[in-house]
Amino acid sequence: MLLKTRLYGKIYQFNDVKDLLAKANEEKSGDSLAGIAARSEQERVAAKIVLAHALVSDLREAPAVPYEQDEVTRLIQDHVDESVYARIRGWSLAELREFILDTATPPAALTELSRGLTAEVIAAVTKLMSNMDLVVAAQKLRVTATCNTTIGGDGVFAARLQPNHPADSIEGIRASLYEGLAYGAGDAVIGLNPVVDSVAGITRILSLFDEVKRRWEIPTQICVLAHITTQLAAIRAGAPTDLIFQSIAGSEKGNEAFGFTAEHVREALALLRERGTGRGPDVLYFETGQGSELSSGAHHGADQLTMEARCYGFAKPFHPFLVNTVVGFIGPEYLYDARQVIRAGLEDHFMGKLTGLPMGCDACYTNHMRADQNDLENLAMLLVSAGCSYVMGLPHGDDIMLNYQSTGYHDAHTLRLLYGKTAIPEFQDWLVRMELIAPDGRPAERFGDASVFLEG
Amino acid sequence: MTEKIPGEMIPDISEGQARDWFAVPRPADAEGYLRLQAATSARLGVWRAGTRYATQSMLRFRADWAGARDAVNTDVPADFIAACGFLAGSTQCADREVYLRRPDLGRRLSGETRELYAGKLAHDARVLLAVGDGLSSAAICANAADVILTLQQGLALAGIETGPIPFIKYCRVGVMDDLAPLVRAEAVCLLIGERPGLVCAESMSAYMAYRPDPGRPESWRTVVSNIHAGGLPPVEAGAQIAEVMTRILEQKLSGVALEL
Repeated sequence: MLLKTRLYGKIYQFNDVKDLLAKANEEKSGDSLAGIAARSEQERVAAKIVLAHALVSDLREAPAVPYEQDEVTRLIQDHVDESVYARIRGWSLAELREFILDTATPPAALTELSRGLTAEVIAAVTKLMSNMDLVVAAQKLRVTATCNTTIGGDGVFAARLQPNHPADSIEGIRASLYEGLAYGAGDAVIGLNPVVDSVAGITRILSLFDEVKRRWEIPTQICVLAHITTQLAAIRAGAPTDLIFQSIAGSEKGNEAFGFTAEHVREALALLRERGTGRGPDVLYFETGQGSELSSGAHHGADQLTMEARCYGFAKPFHPFLVNTVVGFIGPEYLYDARQVIRAGLEDHFMGKLTGLPMGCDACYTNHMRADQNDLENLAMLLVSAGCSYVMGLPHGDDIMLNYQSTGYHDAHTLRLLYGKTAIPEFQDWLVRMELIAPDGRPAERFGDASVFLEG
Repeated sequence: MTEKIPGEMIPDISEGQARDWFAVPRPADAEGYLRLQAATSARLGVWRAGTRYATQSMLRFRADWAGARDAVNTDVPADFIAACGFLAGSTQCADREVYLRRPDLGRRLSGETRELYAGKLAHDARVLLAVGDGLSSAAICANAADVILTLQQGLALAGIETGPIPFIKYCRVGVMDDLAPLVRAEAVCLLIGERPGLVCAESMSAYMAYRPDPGRPESWRTVVSNIHAGGLPPVEAGAQIAEVMTRILEQKLSGVALEL
């Protein structure tokens, strides 16, 4: 493959595919931190030009981490459908981009295409997409997954209800849970980030969720986002859960920094089939986010977008029910401002969908970033246009435990009405039965009144 | 700090916690709702305009956000560091902008600080306590002294004495991996300010590790987080940290492998 071009008379030479991918990335503070970003806008464009000429096979044959060294690479490479790959291996990245965007390409063709792509190919084509391209392309990709209900369906937009509490107080969590349900959040999952990562602690919280889910016959899923080993131990001791959660990275070393391997995930699947409360077959929940590999020194010299694409490649063989990027959580050293966060949110969502995952997004920011609630609302609206499966729901968007801001309880149903969507059908029906919304989806008088759950 | 200017004015919406304000016009169970609201500092009972936020709730959120944003940019006062008897040092970050963009520099002590600590800190200590500003100077000012007091009492019960305490400016958690080998500390506990949230800009964490060094993964660290008056109160946190440190020394390991 050619790694050299001339632009405005100046010659740009790239060392290898990894270098090319890094320099072709849109501006991210994390790539600058890693010392691998393009040094000028012209160099960035030169890299995109060279990348557009590269072949699908050039990217497949240059994984960010060698096959022998890394189980993430092995999972990705071993799951490629070789017959699909054989058909597209000679396509240039420009051709791949245009095939994806072509209105004559039906969604089913993209679903099939997806089986022949590796993470590096997906990352490469993403670098050739504008923000609107990413919305248009992702919007064509429908991916559904089923646990107790089905997420990702046409015309459906869901929200995770995130009732975090800084001391894991059961009554505090219960209060936030009721408020979220009253605003129509919680159809993706009722999922809490615990403060204390202990079997006893998460069992108490799961028992609360299970009790409320049964008492009000809520068609949804429950999960506590503790470390995977803690969740496994809790389930073995009898705790009820529909989903097992884990944060994932794009390299084996990154996953090691999170304290788990693919073997833990296989163990989780096997245990949930036997002891989980979810019907399935999809019973896992993964979170990702650009920059986590660099933060644990596990990026192997690759850019953060490419490593993010590898997270999705790792997730795919496990058929998760939920996957979302926590796009603005990591901080300004990886995504500096709203412009970078919005770009990354659209990239991650598209890459996840193209990988074949039912992507959601935690559209969020921290208080040391140059972004605010207006930026996050912009991103949320763009994500719904892109066909995003779900976002988060927090009391007025404020997480009092993790100390960051995300989308609020109010936002999920606002977005549904704005874009002509509903909650997951069974949950939408439940909201109507509870007289929280009218049959046409508009808020009923008691929409937002948490005390309706105090009756009886 | 309340300014006194005569004349009528709109009341200060930053006074009192968000929980004091209840806006649901005709709740199914008003008394019950107030109990729900009192159970958490989350923004409950805020009501709505259509499906959007009520004006007061929106303004309240913006005011809290402004407070948090402004709080990121302040230093731990020099007189506080002196009053606590901390040994003041710094990482390799020249200023806060570098600190925010370059976590790698925030994980390494400056040359001058290395020299100071090598000379003044206890060597071969069983437990080295350290303090760093992190992303909230307010967290350190509000909690560090109380935590250290009960933590030292707890450790003393286990027969462990601690020496001088370093304060590290522009500090990231990973600095403990640079600090510990310098003085050959067996275990380290680093108290560090968390990034501020809207309800509380004063939350602190304690990161602990057995023989930390730059080769260890993050999963080697044990953390006690959310230390502040409205979360895990600092006096209780100190006792809890002492307990964890004792386990770390007994088991000669830390992080996910540690049995608590």
